[in-house]
Amino acid sequence: MKLARIFLALCLFFSAGALSAADGVGPDIPQATGEPHPEGNDYMRRWHMEMLKHDRDLTMYLGIRPTDSSLAECFECHTVKDEAGVPVTVADERHFCRACHDYAAVRVDCFDCHRSTPADFDEPAPHAMILRGPRFRSWGAGDADVLLAYLSQAMTEPN
Amino acid sequence: MSFRMPNGSEVEDRPTRRDFFKSGAAFATMTLAPGVTLMAFGGSATAAVDAGKRWGLLIDTSKCAEDCDACVTACKTENGWEGHGEAERDVQWIRKVTLRNKATGHESSMPVMCQHCESPPCVDVCPTGASFKRDDGIVLVDKHTCIGCRYCMMACPFKARSFVHEPVTNQKTHAPRGQGTVEGCTLCVHRVDAGGIPACVEACSATGNGAMVFGDLLDPSSEIAQRLAEFPSVALRPDLDLNPGVRYAEI
Ligand code: HEC
Ligand code: HEC
Ligand code: HEC
Repeated sequence: MKLARIFLALCLFFSAGALSAADGVGPDIPQATGEPHPEGNDYMRRWHMEMLKHDRDLTMYLGIRPTDSSLAECFECHTVKDEAGVPVTVADERHFCRACHDYAAVRVDCFDCHRSTPADFDEPAPHAMILRGPRFRSWGAGDADVLLAYLSQAMTEPN
Repeated sequence: MSFRMPNGSEVEDRPTRRDFFKSGAAFATMTLAPGVTLMAFGGSATAAVDAGKRWGLLIDTSKCAEDCDACVTACKTENGWEGHGEAERDVQWIRKVTLRNKATGHESSMPVMCQHCESPPCVDVCPTGASFKRDDGIVLVDKHTCIGCRYCMMACPFKARSFVHEPVTNQKTHAPRGQGTVEGCTLCVHRVDAGGIPACVEACSATGNGAMVFGDLLDPSSEIAQRLAEFPSVALRPDLDLNPGVRYAEI
C-alpha cells in the first residue's frame, strides 16, 4: 500500500512536468539563483541523483573537482533562507533538497556527512542539537533551552 | 576516457558545465537529446590524480618542537574534526608522539598520521573496497562505500584511522564526515588536487620550525626527493615492508 502510494506520487510527480505547486500538483520547489542548468530542469529533476553519484566517483578516484554536479556547489545557488535571512539546513523542511524528497518519500543520507548549506558560516544551533540528540553527552549550559524553544516553535508551525 | 573503480563499476568522464558554456556545439547536442548521451560524451576535464606522481611527507624530528602542536591544530581547523575529551574514542587524523630511546634516554617528538603506504594493510582487509589508494599514492576511505566495520583500524600498524562515533554537524564543505564511518589523514587531498600543500605542512612552516616537507617522491628535482637522497631517513615500522610515503629524519 505504501509502495503503491509512493509509486503514484512519483508518477504524478514526473508527469507533472512543467506543473508546479501553483497548480496544486507537485512539490513547491524553492527558487534558485544563478545560471540555470544547461541540461534543463526536466533533466535535472530526473537525473540529478545519477549525476551526483557519477561526479562523486570522479572526485573521489580521479581528483576531478570542478564537476557539473558537485554536491558542495549545489548550495551556491540552491539556498533557502529563513525569516532571519540565515540559510536553512536540511533539518528544515524548507530546504531545497527536501522539497521534492519529502513529497516523494525519498530519504538520502548525504547530509550525515556533507554540509547542506553554503560554506563558511556557522550552522545554527538547533540543527546541531536535533542531530546530536539528548542522549549525546556533550551538552553545554543552555543547550536544553535552545532545543525546547526550537521544538515549541516547530510544533506550533502549521504543516 | 573511462575509469574502473575498485568496486568494478565503470566511470565515464564527461565535460564540465564550464565546457558546455564554452562550446556552443556541445550545448546544442545536449539540449537536443537530453538524457540520452550526456554521460557518454568524451570529457575534457583532466584528472588531478597522476599515476606518475607519488605524494609524500618528510618529517625532520630534530626540528619538531616538543611543545608545538601547530600541525594538529591546523588539521582540525582545516578538516573540521575535534575531540570530545574521551581519548579512547576521539578521532585523530594526526597526533603528536614522543619517542624515547630506553637505552640512552634520548627523546624525539614528531607528528604521526596516515603513512600512505605503498602496500597499505587497510586496503587489503577492507571488505567493501572503500579503503583504497589513489594512483598518486594517497590512501583514502571512500566513505560512500564504508560500512564502518573498522577492520582497517585493526590492520593499521600506525593507529592512523579513527571511527566517528557521534553525529557530526556543521562540517567543512570540502571535508564531509559523519557518524558510522572510518576516517583518517587525506594528505589534504582537496588542497593537493588544487596544487596546494597539506594544512599541517603549511602550519609547520609558519611556526618557523619547518619540520615538514611535502612533495612528489618520484620527481628527482623536488625538494623532498632531494633531501631524501641526501640525508638518512627512516620509515616507521620498516620491518613491515609497507614502503610508506611518510618518512622521518633524525629520529
Ligand atoms: C559517510 C560520509 C558521506 C556520506 C554519507 C556521503 N558522502 Fe559524499 N563525500 C564524502 C567524502 C569524505 C567525500 C570526499 C571529499 C573530497 O575528497 O573532497 C565526498 C565527496 C562527494 C562528492 C564529490 C565532492 C563534491 O562535493 O562534489 C559528491 C558529488 C558526493 N560526495 C555526493 C554524495 C551524495 C549524493 C551522497 C548521498 C547519496 C553522499 N555523497 C553521501 C562523504 C560522504
Ligand atoms: C550556478 C547555479 C546552480 C548550481 C551550482 C546548481 N543549480 Fe540547480 N538550478 C539552478 C537554476 C537557476 C535552476 C532553475 C530554477 C527555476 O527554473 O526556477 C535550477 C534547477 C534545478 C532543478 C530543477 C528544479 C525544478 O524547478 O524542477 C534541480 C533538481 C536542480 N537544480 C538540482 C541541482 C543540484 C542537485 C545541484 C548540485 C549538483 C545544482 N542544482 C546546482 C541553478 C544552479
Ligand atoms: C525537483 C525535485 C527534486 C529536488 C529539488 C531534489 N531531488 Fe533528489 N530526488 C528527487 C526524486 C523524485 C528522487 C527519487 C527518484 C527515484 O526514486 O527514482 C530523488 C532521488 C535522489 C537521490 C537518490 C536517492 C536514492 O536512494 O537512490 C539523491 C542522492 C538525491 N535525490 C539527491 C538530491 C540532492 C542532494 C538534492 C538537493 C541538492 C536533491 N536531490 C533535490 C527529486 C528531487
